[in-house]
Amino acid sequence: MAAVPMEHVFVLAWVLFITGLVGVLVRRNLLFILMSVEIMLNASGLAFIAAGFKWGQPDGQVMFIFILAMAAAEVSVGLALVLLAYRQFRSLDADQASRMRG
Amino acid sequence: MLSLLWLVPALPFAGFLALALFGRRMGAFAAAVGTGSVGLSALFALAVAAGFISSPPPARIYTQSLWDWINVGGFKPGILLYLDSLSLVMVLVVTVVGFLIHLYSAEFMEADDGYSRFFAYMNLFVGSMLVLVLAGNLLLLYLGWEGVGLCSYLLIGFWYRQPENGAAAIKAFVVTRIGDTALAIGLFFLFLNLGTLDIQKMMNMAALRWQAGSAYPEIAAALILGGALGKSAQLPLQTWLPDAMAGPTPVSALIHAATMVTAGVYLIARTNVIFTMAPAVQFAVAVIGAATLLLSAASALVQHDIKRVLAYSTISQIGYMFLALGVGAWSAAIFHLMTHAFFKALLFLGAGAVISGLDGEHDIFKMGGLRRQMPVAFWCFLTGACSLAALPLVTAGFYSKGLILFSAWQSRRAGFWLWAAGIAGALLTSIYIFRLVFIVFFGKPKTAVVKKPGPRIVIPLVALAFLSIVGGFVNMPAFFGVKDVFSRFLESVFPVPPQAASLPETELLLETVSAIVSLAGVYVAYFFFLAAPEYSEEMARTAPGRALGKFWFSGWGFDWLYEKALVSPYRWFARANRNDAVDLIYSFIAAASRFFHYGLSLSQTGKVRFYAAVLALGAVITITIAVLAR
Repeated sequence: MAAVPMEHVFVLAWVLFITGLVGVLVRRNLLFILMSVEIMLNASGLAFIAAGFKWGQPDGQVMFIFILAMAAAEVSVGLALVLLAYRQFRSLDADQASRMRG
Repeated sequence: MLSLLWLVPALPFAGFLALALFGRRMGAFAAAVGTGSVGLSALFALAVAAGFISSPPPARIYTQSLWDWINVGGFKPGILLYLDSLSLVMVLVVTVVGFLIHLYSAEFMEADDGYSRFFAYMNLFVGSMLVLVLAGNLLLLYLGWEGVGLCSYLLIGFWYRQPENGAAAIKAFVVTRIGDTALAIGLFFLFLNLGTLDIQKMMNMAALRWQAGSAYPEIAAALILGGALGKSAQLPLQTWLPDAMAGPTPVSALIHAATMVTAGVYLIARTNVIFTMAPAVQFAVAVIGAATLLLSAASALVQHDIKRVLAYSTISQIGYMFLALGVGAWSAAIFHLMTHAFFKALLFLGAGAVISGLDGEHDIFKMGGLRRQMPVAFWCFLTGACSLAALPLVTAGFYSKGLILFSAWQSRRAGFWLWAAGIAGALLTSIYIFRLVFIVFFGKPKTAVVKKPGPRIVIPLVALAFLSIVGGFVNMPAFFGVKDVFSRFLESVFPVPPQAASLPETELLLETVSAIVSLAGVYVAYFFFLAAPEYSEEMARTAPGRALGKFWFSGWGFDWLYEKALVSPYRWFARANRNDAVDLIYSFIAAASRFFHYGLSLSQTGKVRFYAAVLALGAVITITIAVLAR
């Protein structure tokens, strides 16, 4: 199996993570924010797996399973919140939901 | 009979409560409540006195424990009434004179808005004063002491709408407070060293534990003396009393002449054991008394306000009492206290009748010729003046002042000088009071009389005039052959003074000298203020005469000195420290937290993306630090 250089994997994870972060910061639609968070989660999952592979440890994959489970839970709760927010504000704009301003 | 004692102070307090709670709805009935409660109290006091004299209790001491006040770790002052001959005399003076003055006030204050308030304060005063004189321990005494101080404050500022009355009240309160603080420290000192505040136990303990003349009794006596100086308006705390005349005249008569201001004399007489063990302080008492009586008699000589003359006269007469205390003539001091209560109350009440008769005129130079227009006031005032001037044989003041002068003469320490000060004071006394009589009641009428005194004013005047004459006969000098009843009556309380060969001839001589001096004073006053007033006016017009007159008028510049030395710096400091230096720390903390509060609430934008960005930034910074710090 042709070995993919470790650096590439990490660069990919880094790019994915930054993409997700930028998405979280830039997008105003709640759904897109949620999706960007998913991308960030997967980026870190990728980094775990690559690291586990590099040191021959199963911990990386264990961590990825955790992340998967957490992502599933997060999506379900997140979508429910998005639904509620939509009912409340009649829009999915995150900046509209700023009633907690101090 | 004696078991009725508790009613004597309880009745005025009950009267106070009734007046304080329902006084507004009582109207004219307030006077009946106020006067009636003190009158009943006086009757019970007379009954107690009758019981005390006809069947004396063992050791001539009767105590009545009402209840325990405090009981903490061996400190157990009770509400304990202690009656011996000294407190009996005080109780009689306070209730009888108090009753007469209440009766007088019923008419004098009739038109005033605060009629019931006035009687409420007066009743509270009488009750507190009775607690003071009947207290079996010093803590209860201190309660009464502060109670009368409070009433004095309230009544000086009774007409509170004029700001100067309020200022006078505050001055009286603050100045006496200086003395009270010394007294409070004295109580702590005594309790710390003797372990009790019960007066009799304390005296016995002091005699056992302390060496006469050692530091302990000297300190204790000096602290008690501090309290007495403040309350009794003696040097250097005398400045409040002339200003205290801002109160209604009956108040001046009762509180600032007859009773409260003599509380200091009572206190020293009560703790005479400690003072006997502290010869230095006791001598200071005599010297302060002598100095005070001279200084304030001179000031009384040049006042224009009829009440201020009497106020300085009061300071001066209490100076005599202090002189007597200082030379160990305890019963002479109490004797003079009693006669002074009679004639000074009489003088004040007479002055009040004159003032209200002339529609509130206080300036004696606007009065004149009142002898014919107000005969009752004239004769009563004249009686009081004779008694104050100690005209020989017929007046009470002659006997009491003569006894004091005789005791001063016998004193082993500077006896002659103390006597000389006393006799010079007697001359001044006689001059200033007859100056008043001649200016106010003789000469030409200057202001029309608008109001004649009614029966409720006349009766107290006549009664007090009677007492001012008869009050002295209870204690005659030895050469009359009549026994000194009063001194013997007080013998169970006071140690017998060391008689340095008391020759009746010496006493006769001294009494003759003081009689001549007081008559001479009357003549001087007659000459300068009635027969040939141009001489006195001439004297007052010369430069030294004017300067001296001004100096004496201002009470020897004490007010000026205190204003410059104490009041002004204090005011300056208060103004400079308006924002309170100590407070700066706390206000800085408050300002800082307020700043952070506003700063942090600005960051609370409610925008999720902003939070996320900050979170990311924080994470980046944290990771950077973690990586770089390795």
